[in-house]
Amino acid sequence: MIEAVGLTKRYGAKTAVYNLSFQVRPGVVTGFLGPNGSGKSTTMRMILGLDRPTSGHVTIGGHPFRQLPNAPRQVGALLDAKAVHGGRSARSHLLSLAQLAGIPAQRVDEVLGVVGLQDVAKRRSKGFSLGMGQRLGIAAALLGDPQVLLFDEPVNGLDPEGILWVRNLMKKLAAEGRTVFVSSHLMSEMALTADHLIVIGRGQLLADMSVTDFISANSADFARVRTPQTEPAQREKLTTTLTEAGGQVMSEPDGALRVTGLPLPRISDLAHDAGVRLWELSPHQASLEEAYMRLTQGAVDYRSTDDRLAHLQAPLQPGQPGYGMPPQQPTAPEVSQQGWYAPPPPGQNPYAGTPQAPAQSPYAGAPQPPAQSPYATPQPSDTTKDAR
Amino acid sequence: MIELEGLTKRYGTKIAVDHLSFQVRPGVVTGFLGPNGAGKSTTMRMMLDLDNPTSGTVRIDGKHYRELQEPLKYIGALLDAKAMHGGRSAYNNLLCLAQSNRIPASRVGEVLDLVGLTPVARKKSKGFSLGMGQRLGIASALLGDPEILMFDEPVNGLDPEGIHWIRNLMKALAGEGRTIFVSSHLMSEMALTADHLIVIGQGKLLADTSMADFIQQNSRSYVRLRSPEQERLRDVLHANGFIAIESGNGTLEVDGATTEKLGELAGANQIVLHELSSQRASLEEAFMQMTAGAVEYHAHGTDVHGAAPAPGPRWGSISEGD
Amino acid sequence: MAAVSAVLQSEWTKIRTVSSTVWTLASALIVTVGVGAALSAVFNSTFDDLSTAEKLTFDPTLVSFFGMTLGQLAMVVFGVLVVGTEYSSGMIRTSLAAVPQRATFLFSKIAVAGGLALLVGVVTSFLSFFLGQALLGEHRASIGDENVLRAVFGGGLYMGLIAIFSMGVAAMLRSSMLSLGILMPFFFLVSQILAAVPKAKEVAKYFPDQAGSKIMQVVPDALNTEKAPYGPWGGLGIMLLWVAAALIGGYLVLKKRDA
Repeated sequence: MIEAVGLTKRYGAKTAVYNLSFQVRPGVVTGFLGPNGSGKSTTMRMILGLDRPTSGHVTIGGHPFRQLPNAPRQVGALLDAKAVHGGRSARSHLLSLAQLAGIPAQRVDEVLGVVGLQDVAKRRSKGFSLGMGQRLGIAAALLGDPQVLLFDEPVNGLDPEGILWVRNLMKKLAAEGRTVFVSSHLMSEMALTADHLIVIGRGQLLADMSVTDFISANSADFARVRTPQTEPAQREKLTTTLTEAGGQVMSEPDGALRVTGLPLPRISDLAHDAGVRLWELSPHQASLEEAYMRLTQGAVDYRSTDDRLAHLQAPLQPGQPGYGMPPQQPTAPEVSQQGWYAPPPPGQNPYAGTPQAPAQSPYAGAPQPPAQSPYATPQPSDTTKDAR
Repeated sequence: MIELEGLTKRYGTKIAVDHLSFQVRPGVVTGFLGPNGAGKSTTMRMMLDLDNPTSGTVRIDGKHYRELQEPLKYIGALLDAKAMHGGRSAYNNLLCLAQSNRIPASRVGEVLDLVGLTPVARKKSKGFSLGMGQRLGIASALLGDPEILMFDEPVNGLDPEGIHWIRNLMKALAGEGRTIFVSSHLMSEMALTADHLIVIGQGKLLADTSMADFIQQNSRSYVRLRSPEQERLRDVLHANGFIAIESGNGTLEVDGATTEKLGELAGANQIVLHELSSQRASLEEAFMQMTAGAVEYHAHGTDVHGAAPAPGPRWGSISEGD
Repeated sequence: MAAVSAVLQSEWTKIRTVSSTVWTLASALIVTVGVGAALSAVFNSTFDDLSTAEKLTFDPTLVSFFGMTLGQLAMVVFGVLVVGTEYSSGMIRTSLAAVPQRATFLFSKIAVAGGLALLVGVVTSFLSFFLGQALLGEHRASIGDENVLRAVFGGGLYMGLIAIFSMGVAAMLRSSMLSLGILMPFFFLVSQILAAVPKAKEVAKYFPDQAGSKIMQVVPDALNTEKAPYGPWGGLGIMLLWVAAALIGGYLVLKKRDA
């Protein structure tokens, strides 16, 4: 259990973290999200006693990190994959850490096996790829068999197998009753891994809730409806019927309709009454990414996210090669191509045991503004980090 | 359009890329997938004529790379975010490249604006974060307004807004009819971006197919049905030769059918449906299934901690970048 | 073929937009002129302590160039960095993707950087000469004296060629650190020491710096130094062969090896 109370950190005039209070509970994977420069790293460093809070405090299992008896056996952290002496072998690096904490040497070989580095244990870590460095960092975090684990961008540099492995490792550690706190920029990855989310922006708490609640609270669910392609009249008829019943209907690039504001059984009944046959009627939940974008819009440093992001929406290109879509009907406003390529629906990943957000990103937003430069970009907040 | 024909690369006795032939077509985002050490980076470097193939050829719009007049106007690439001189400003790094291909200097300001680096254009690039370096690399790829773009792990180091932006950028560029070739390890990200996939393993082509086909061929897909008249629905399905499995919460799952067919069937029998959706596995699952045999180290996985098999690759190719 | 003029322009931008260009070339000039001036002043005040043989072969022009022993090292750094940072920064991949013709790329770079090094070398050489002669007092030479203009101009060529030779070596080794680690001790220590060891000096005579520096002597075998089996222009010719070998080697490595 990690507990922050009124945590605040100021660097001169700039407040990096302000009055942050949250708890990271054991037994679940807690995701830690926020735009660049929002204070995530500073918060993690304060949890680990590397930075001192200006005010407030953060404790692990009831003690501030620096007062923990034998901290390495209680808390494991992966902060920076390259924080290793490059001239040392992976094994001797871990061995030196183990000796500091009074951990038996045999445990070193155990964790090397767990992260799959046993074959290169004797090699200098200087020649390691980013992915291998990441594995070594994870090995170091696991060394003391700690109850509390912190991971900062753990999948950086890993290949698909590695990513799957880290995800399962984190879930397993949580299932063993440990406290697992993970930060990441990869929303689609986070959606598969985390059960609970803590989101900060401009150093302040924006959300502290389960992933499912977070998505529901920050985005709209919708239904995807398709009518027989052979009869365009049915599509128009259904659009009219649904709109009259109070639903919002938009057209997707492949000819399907995106309906918000009506539950599925109601859509079904309306279609039935209107004599329209359905070829598809599927429920969709917005993606974690979309929910996150909505929540953080105001909180992103140096960015006029509102309209800029709107410009990002790719203009619809009718008849794009490769899509084979039918000509668009003018009756329903179009959804950008963004949401069309509907990847797997929720709950289909056999690797994911927990309720999760769908991996797709249906941008159930308002009708798109007229096409503008698709290149418009948000100001990278990451520029503020080093180059000011 | 990029065409590879029998592309092969040997390092001593080790074959990194083994008779690879495929085409990258315009108008779609083509994803390039493979486990670590599969030869992705080597292939991409050979496509840019940075590494010499042992045998085989790569053609860009029908020409060898070295025959291209001012290649940046044909093909732009982001290979490595750090492939810039750190002592030079972002603007000057791009200016050198622009001048070598007779691209007007005004274009440098344009692409910097496009990637959002204008505020730091005059700063030395060695102070850049990974995300900023990535944006600079993307700017250099766009410099010549090329018809073909290659991105190696483009979202590395970007924050969620940056990831969102680059994804939409790639889709928009493909929508303009350009050829987009992108490699990534992030399956969930790739699922949102790519239309077409090229998968390699141990240097060999494993798949060259559309995203939808890839997922369908490499995993189970089925149709999920919900109806207030579940009993009657099941009977109708059964009578028409479909096997419906009950999966709790009042839903039925039917293998080997399309939503179109089942929708028509329900319509013909006047059955009200509350859900009729096709369910596919994730790209990740499909990828894992496909590469299970081709990944060098699967036989090698040891289960020490009782965790999911820790991939213990033979890190034979330590210096390989992919 | 990418247009050569465009590539030359691009390489010029590369050179002028890194700070190392200014500090290496400025140090080459300041060190050469400064040390040359100081030694000229010392020779002027201690002329009477020289041996008769040394007095007879006293070469005031050469004395004013003594700073080059140190100053050339800055030229080595300049030459190595121009090529080596392409590799150390990873820029080489970006550069070659933009200019895939290896010969155009390498020789444009060397033409621009080499031209600049030669220019700075000649300016340095003239400054060294005039300042040195001013401090040599009554022992001074005049630019109008026989062979003096050749020596002063040759001094500039020598400095430029040292830089170009370093560029070729860096292109062969593809690493700044490795190239500097080999070239700096070679020019500063190995070459100088071997030139003083019997037998070894027969070989050392043909080293690029030993041979090339003969161009700066106005008096043959100046200051009673070892006799060379070649004249000033012959020496420069030997140096040019070294430079050509380094450039060809660098080109072949760039052409054959994976970037």
